[in-house]
Amino acid sequence: MTLRTIVLVKQVPDTQNVTGDAMKEDGTINRGALPAVFNPEDLNALEEALRLKDAHGGRVTVITMGPPAAVNVLRESLYRGADEVVLLSDIAFAGADTLATSYSLVLAIRKLGEFDLVLCGRQAIDGDTAQVGPQTAEKLGVPQITFVSCIDELVEGDAAGAGTGGGRGHITATRSIEGGFETLTAPLPCLLTITNEANDPRPPSVKRVMTYKDAAAETLAEYDDSYLDPENDAAEVCMLDRHGNAVCRAKVVQWDAAALGVERAQVGLRGSPTRVKKIDSVVLAQTDTRLVEPTYEGIAELVRKLTEEHILG
Amino acid sequence: MASAAERDEGAAGAARPRGDVWVFVEKAGDGVAEVSLELLGKARELADRLETRVGAVIIGAGSALLAGSLIAAGADTVYVADEPALADFLVQPFARVIVDLVREHAPQIVLYGATTTGRDLAPRVASALRTGLTADCTDLQIGSHSTREKSWDNLLLQIRPAFGGNIIATIVSPEHRPQMATVREGVMKLEAPNPARTGEVVRATCTFGDEDFAVKVVRRAQQEKSVDLKGARVVVSGGAGVGSKANFALVHELARVLGGVVGASRAAVDAGWIGHDHQVGQTGTTVRPKLYVAVGISGSVQHRAGMDQSARILAINTDPLAPIFTVAHYGVVGDLNDVIPQMITAYRAKGGPA
Repeated sequence: MTLRTIVLVKQVPDTQNVTGDAMKEDGTINRGALPAVFNPEDLNALEEALRLKDAHGGRVTVITMGPPAAVNVLRESLYRGADEVVLLSDIAFAGADTLATSYSLVLAIRKLGEFDLVLCGRQAIDGDTAQVGPQTAEKLGVPQITFVSCIDELVEGDAAGAGTGGGRGHITATRSIEGGFETLTAPLPCLLTITNEANDPRPPSVKRVMTYKDAAAETLAEYDDSYLDPENDAAEVCMLDRHGNAVCRAKVVQWDAAALGVERAQVGLRGSPTRVKKIDSVVLAQTDTRLVEPTYEGIAELVRKLTEEHILG
Repeated sequence: MASAAERDEGAAGAARPRGDVWVFVEKAGDGVAEVSLELLGKARELADRLETRVGAVIIGAGSALLAGSLIAAGADTVYVADEPALADFLVQPFARVIVDLVREHAPQIVLYGATTTGRDLAPRVASALRTGLTADCTDLQIGSHSTREKSWDNLLLQIRPAFGGNIIATIVSPEHRPQMATVREGVMKLEAPNPARTGEVVRATCTFGDEDFAVKVVRRAQQEKSVDLKGARVVVSGGAGVGSKANFALVHELARVLGGVVGASRAAVDAGWIGHDHQVGQTGTTVRPKLYVAVGISGSVQHRAGMDQSARILAINTDPLAPIFTVAHYGVVGDLNDVIPQMITAYRAKGGPA
């Protein structure tokens, strides 16, 4: 059988490396100053997909939903070994919470046809919800194993559907739980969410970067815009250099709301049960820190004070 | 015990939104997980405010034995799915039980602990019910919300850090029921049980399909917890600034001398200097000791979120501009190789001369 793996990825602001440059005068964060990055645990998910492909063969398809600039994480996926990439982009998707996001992702997965595995990162570093994976699994009607720190084994089914543990094969994975772990076996197809304990993602392949680097240097505005035609939903997107010559033939499939055949009431803000009522910035105001001299006398006085206050016993 | 009809009438008479406040109860060994008891206390407070009742849902073989402790913790009704097939936590059959119960009894709020169980289960339930869910809340309140067109009263305000902890967001689910949230362990106060409380026990009947048990448990192992960060009076934590595994010995030594336990930032855990059990912060443990000593920790928002409620915070760092100083009560700008030995000597000398 040919293992068909779909990886769900997200482009996110780099919230893990908030430096002084990203802080505004009032001590709040300047979101515009944060670089957009490949969500770290989605890279772990992609790595697991590529390892399974290395061992079993097959095809890895990467899907992202986001603004046109999110194509950057798809190029990063191509650099590392993805066979096919899909961008879901439409103003109708804007403002989606996890429920509406999983709805759109499920339509895209179904449109791609049969699959064996869906992998995604445990959670994205902008929202930290860890909800899209399980919600996607539920809508697909497949089992889920979340917080996977290790894929122990994948057993392929045979073409006739008589493989061990179910016709399509099965996967065994270990998930980290409070104070321990559990190892579960699920029949294919199923969905796994992967943590950063699973692997160290491979770097981009130099050869593949050479293949796609010109493409990466061009902006989306210079794409052949045939992708805008919903009928032409697998258009080969050529990127043009300054002289109008095609430089890259990567298949970036782009689908909008019409191409997915969405029910408008289920996507974007309209399809989202949750609303953000209020956002408060965490202000890094200097508290009254008492500076203690780094001398024995200074430290001894601090110890005396903490002992008097019964902070130290 | 009030019948369902009387309850509805009472709620309507008070012009309050209908439906109970539910907690999904997790088991820990043979007992109830602490986070579930914390949530029952919070649910009691929310239900009193909404003039409604508290329901607890407990699933698993032998669960009926725990009903009394859930009533003592604040539940009015305990829904028990006590079936032999439900011995292990498995997300699909557990989700099936909750979805069926919610469809039958229509609670207005359902709360889950933000554990690996709650965060596996709640999104699956939310998707099946097509309702809203907010992850990893640190506070819950009852309040109103309005847009230009419409306003709502008595909504669950779901408060959580987002954007890597750089913002605090208040999320509402105005038009979908139930309103659901997972809540971080240790943020809601654990109330003392009241054994005099009374309540009813309702047995849930479940119908499963074969597909609900498609996933099998191969092995489940609990590692002996090597560290009790949550209960520690003193936590001495090391970060990237400690510099090496060898230097981390000083952190251990200070913790030992002060009678505390060793914590760590994510950077120190990722560097392999210490195990993940020791990690303090958003993806580790939330601690509230009497004294928190941060050694060589720059103080990312993710780390601060896990320790900024400590009674006293002492930061030791060579960088006077490190963000950790924004939450520290005491700061020592200096090298840990000098400061820690001095602190150990001073403590042994009870603050007297060396």
